[in-house]
Amino acid sequence: MHLLIDLPSIFNYDFMRNAFEAGTIVSIVAGVVGYFVVLRGLSFAGHALAHIGFAGATGAVVLGVSPFYGLIVFSTVASIGMGSLGRRLYGRDVAIGIVLAWTLGLGVLFLSLYTGYATEAYAILFGEILGISKSDVLVTLFAGIPTLLALGAIYRPLLFASIDEEVAEARGVPIRFLSVAFMVLLALAVSEATQVVGVLLIFSLLVTPPAIAQRLTARPARAILLSVLFALLFTWSGLTIAFYLPYPVSFFVTSFAFGTYILVRLGDYLKRVLAVKKPD
Amino acid sequence: MNDASSKAVVRLADAAVWLGGREVWSDANVEINEGSFVVVLGPNGAGKTTLLRLILGLESLDRGIAEVFGQQPHRGNRRVGYVPQRQTLQPELAVRGTDLVGLGVDGHHWGIPFFREAQKKKRTLVEDAINAVEAGSYADRQVGLLSGGEQQRLILAQALIARPRLLLLDEPLSNLDLRNQAAVVQFVARLAHDEGITVVLVAHDVNPLLPHLDQVAYIAKGKFATGKPDEIITTERLSDLYKAPVEIVEDSRGRIFVVGLEEESAHPH
Repeated sequence: MHLLIDLPSIFNYDFMRNAFEAGTIVSIVAGVVGYFVVLRGLSFAGHALAHIGFAGATGAVVLGVSPFYGLIVFSTVASIGMGSLGRRLYGRDVAIGIVLAWTLGLGVLFLSLYTGYATEAYAILFGEILGISKSDVLVTLFAGIPTLLALGAIYRPLLFASIDEEVAEARGVPIRFLSVAFMVLLALAVSEATQVVGVLLIFSLLVTPPAIAQRLTARPARAILLSVLFALLFTWSGLTIAFYLPYPVSFFVTSFAFGTYILVRLGDYLKRVLAVKKPD
Repeated sequence: MNDASSKAVVRLADAAVWLGGREVWSDANVEINEGSFVVVLGPNGAGKTTLLRLILGLESLDRGIAEVFGQQPHRGNRRVGYVPQRQTLQPELAVRGTDLVGLGVDGHHWGIPFFREAQKKKRTLVEDAINAVEAGSYADRQVGLLSGGEQQRLILAQALIARPRLLLLDEPLSNLDLRNQAAVVQFVARLAHDEGITVVLVAHDVNPLLPHLDQVAYIAKGKFATGKPDEIITTERLSDLYKAPVEIVEDSRGRIFVVGLEEESAHPH
């Protein structure tokens, strides 16, 4: 009721401040990396990396370490394997899915070895951003900055290779190196985004914002900016609303992402219909 | 001999290529001179694209010698431009034509471009290249939604922006209607004869090219035949070369067709 007046009071709570800080870092990284995920047609691979990371996360819990580290290790190792397949990765949905299913099974085993598994599993699968600590925020920051810097360094050749691999290769762009490098950056981004939306909902930050952005503009730089803005919008509004309502943040983040996507597609459809109706 | 090889832009001597455990072609002796317009003909699967990929340094020889501008072929050669064969780019590719052409300027550079000066120079280069191929009316649209012919012009602009001395075009005519075919052939012939850019073009049908050609390379059954069009495309020469009853058929409009070599067997005997 007094939402606008109340808004600053959100930040009186440590857990909300941490959540906003982590959410902001994650959204920027996911928005930028996600642009290339969609451009390269790697959304299923990204999804799979998160699931493979689940085994690492639960394994880490068994060992008494932060699940985030387990997630990073497992998804990075998997990403190197996937990236070295290069263009042979495309159309490998079946093989990726088979690996994904097995690692999920592995995750279930690790969970059963750990007694207090229910809440941990829930956090890994669906995200638990409100439980994020100050040190988690710092870890996210230290993982996020190098990811963005590295992506900036390979930006142009990666764009070239993503758009037209054969010509890029002929021009001397190192295709295989870029493929592996990008998959590793994707693994880092996935591990970070998991903290906000969890393994299962990774699409909503990594794929939906860039997919919306690419429907709105065909300029790469502008699309990346829009993708980041949408990711930020979903995360911030999800956090804000979840503060007032007794439902999970992930639900609101994914709902905003889905709703916006539907609106944009609807807009596209209407534009086409109107264009058809006007004969001149 | 030395004199001739120094002028040759591309030179193959007794060259043979193997791919996936089988010989694609062998005993290839080819010399392509600067500024000439060469067409590579032959049935599907004969190894025409392989020749282009060899020149680009994307495939390597099994035997023999290959030289491009007097050097061993290598990737990233700024003097070689390439327009690959392609049905179309992915329709959902959300990138403008100008972005695609711009990759020809700095797509291989590391880092993010920050300097306004360089950006401005790039924009001028891109605009000029787009105007040269007459793609201005659709260059700002999403490339994935353009027609095959439109995409091809943009990729040609991207190749030309690097000012290549050798241009490789893989089946640039196959997706085009007759009018666009003629326009592309005219444009490419001008590049060769006015600007001295050596053009190697892979095609299925020699007819739209015949008035402009300097040289034909015919690949079939694992063997090369190269020379002037009227020397190569003759019943005697091709029959003798491929030990098969090849016939050159001419229709009422003067177009010629090679009959008898269409069925390329995967295992040449």
